[in-house]
Amino acid sequence: MSASTVLRSLVLALALVPACAVPGDSPAPAAAQVTAPQRIVTLGSSITEAVFALGAGDRVVGVDLSSLYPESAAALPRVGYYRQFSAEGVLGLRPDLVLASSESGPATALEQVRNAGVRLELVPAGENLDAARGNITAAAAAIGRPEAAAEVLAALAADLAEADRLRARVTSRPRVLFIYARGPGRLLVAGRETTGAELVRLAAAENAGDALTGMRPWSAEAVVAAAPDFVVLPSRGLESLGGVPGLLALPGLAETPAGRAQRVVAVDDLKLLGFGPRIGQGVRELLVALHPELGEGAAP
Amino acid sequence: MIPVQASMPAGTVRRVRPVLLGLAVLVVLGVLLELAVGAASLDLPRAVACLVAPDPSCDPSDHYILTALRLPRAIGAVVVGAGLAVAGCAMQGLFRNPLADPTLVGVSSGAALGSGLAIVFGRVLPVLPGGFTQPVLAFAGGLTATWLVHALARVRGQTSVVGLLLAGIAVTALAGSALGLLSYVSDDRQLRDLSLWLLGGLGGITRDVAFILVPLVALSGGLLWRRARDLDALLLGESEAFHLGVDVERLRRRVITEVALAVGVCVAFTGIIGFVGLVVPHLLRGLVGPRHRVLVPAAALGGAGLLLFADAAARTMLAPAELPVGILTSLLGAPVFLTLLARVRATELV
Repeated sequence: MSASTVLRSLVLALALVPACAVPGDSPAPAAAQVTAPQRIVTLGSSITEAVFALGAGDRVVGVDLSSLYPESAAALPRVGYYRQFSAEGVLGLRPDLVLASSESGPATALEQVRNAGVRLELVPAGENLDAARGNITAAAAAIGRPEAAAEVLAALAADLAEADRLRARVTSRPRVLFIYARGPGRLLVAGRETTGAELVRLAAAENAGDALTGMRPWSAEAVVAAAPDFVVLPSRGLESLGGVPGLLALPGLAETPAGRAQRVVAVDDLKLLGFGPRIGQGVRELLVALHPELGEGAAP
Repeated sequence: MIPVQASMPAGTVRRVRPVLLGLAVLVVLGVLLELAVGAASLDLPRAVACLVAPDPSCDPSDHYILTALRLPRAIGAVVVGAGLAVAGCAMQGLFRNPLADPTLVGVSSGAALGSGLAIVFGRVLPVLPGGFTQPVLAFAGGLTATWLVHALARVRGQTSVVGLLLAGIAVTALAGSALGLLSYVSDDRQLRDLSLWLLGGLGGITRDVAFILVPLVALSGGLLWRRARDLDALLLGESEAFHLGVDVERLRRRVITEVALAVGVCVAFTGIIGFVGLVVPHLLRGLVGPRHRVLVPAAALGGAGLLLFADAAARTMLAPAELPVGILTSLLGAPVFLTLLARVRATELV
């Protein structure tokens, strides 16, 4: 064997080493590539919002009808309302992860998704701050980005801390009637154990609808008797009534302290009602809206 | 009461075979369509290849979509469409009225109430395996309501058509108000579930459900077909049927029981799919004549065909979301119903 042959084989062997080593040497990123889902379908507005906040919006290929925020989510294919989605609609998008609120259904559709071999993760639903945090952590773990949760949780915590500071400076405790309206004929008041009541509590106010439990249609007399200082309602509900004049034209409302002083607060449905990642921001805004004393001397 | 024409127009008999053949072709085409379309892109040649010979080129998820989603659904559409149409056919014969349909004996409203109870009190009810709590309650509700209608209509061991109609209206109103109370106490999500259930859809038909539906609907539909001669005799009038040797009371009891079984089990799994039981038998009576021996199978094929095409449309129009098929059948059925009403009114005036 000549020296040149040895040299040549040596060069060849050396050249081959990195070629062989590349796939064998770094199995960790390759494995992560396999587990991190690339085609995600989200069911439930707060889940969708959490996934987008975690920076994985570009991997979402389909959402449910209730997912209207952010705008890029609303532009994706819709698989129906999350309580009544179609299994084939979801499977047709060829997802490798279906991330769904535990309220999703029907049960048969969930089972069919699971049986098709698609990974299905259910996130416990709930309308309180713990659920909002839980959504973010669970979504981050499911999409293979647990580290991203910290950032989103920190932003939420900062908003909530700011809300706490505001709450400490509050001197008034207004009575608030939380109304859920879809047109003048259908006006429901948030009683005990509702999302509305929880939001009012977080905004350091008193729920004027506590006489009943759940969302209930109220008579005009009961609305007058509740004597709310503020009326709070989702902005889409206020639009359906024809704005503030339309709301105050409803029987009884003009006779309340809120009606006389035109104290009507419209809140963003998506920001507040789903208890998604922007809930802290929403609570801060609601605190400021319900407590005029916070406006005086508040630092920008 | 406007009696259904008992005399047969000339030429109807000769039309029977081609009509039945045409309807059978329609059902076959409907099944193929139901297998070929959907939110997932999976066309007919691939679907058939996948079903007939599951070769390695067939993607496992395609295979799942075909065998676990589309095929049970196609079978469900055939069975539910046929069951509703045959039940409607028998009711129109029993009441001797082309405007009769299975809802008259309260089975749908009773099922709706049962289903509403399952939706609103689902958390405190025992959970049956396979998520069958709601279908079982709906089925029980349907049968209970029908039994109540029959019991209320009975006077001294005899029922009358008017008595049945009035009792049916009363029980339907009662179930409706109970459902109203349920929707009042329900929360937003339950209310939404309830209203979606009332619109009807075939999304809940899995392989297990198909295995339950097929024998029960085949049994009750077959039994109703056996009543063809008696129902024909009844078209001549109650006393005429009696003189022809038909025990009208027993016939009524049996038909109502079989209709309640067929419709009850369909409604329990699909919700309320309107107008199939009303429109299909009426349209086909014009084509094949009023004789039930031919009309019942024709209605079965027609109902199956209609629901197959309606469901294929419901699954694709808003894909990847899905439209409740009950909306489509009502959309098709309501104009036909109105034409029907107009024609009946015209003959009344003459």
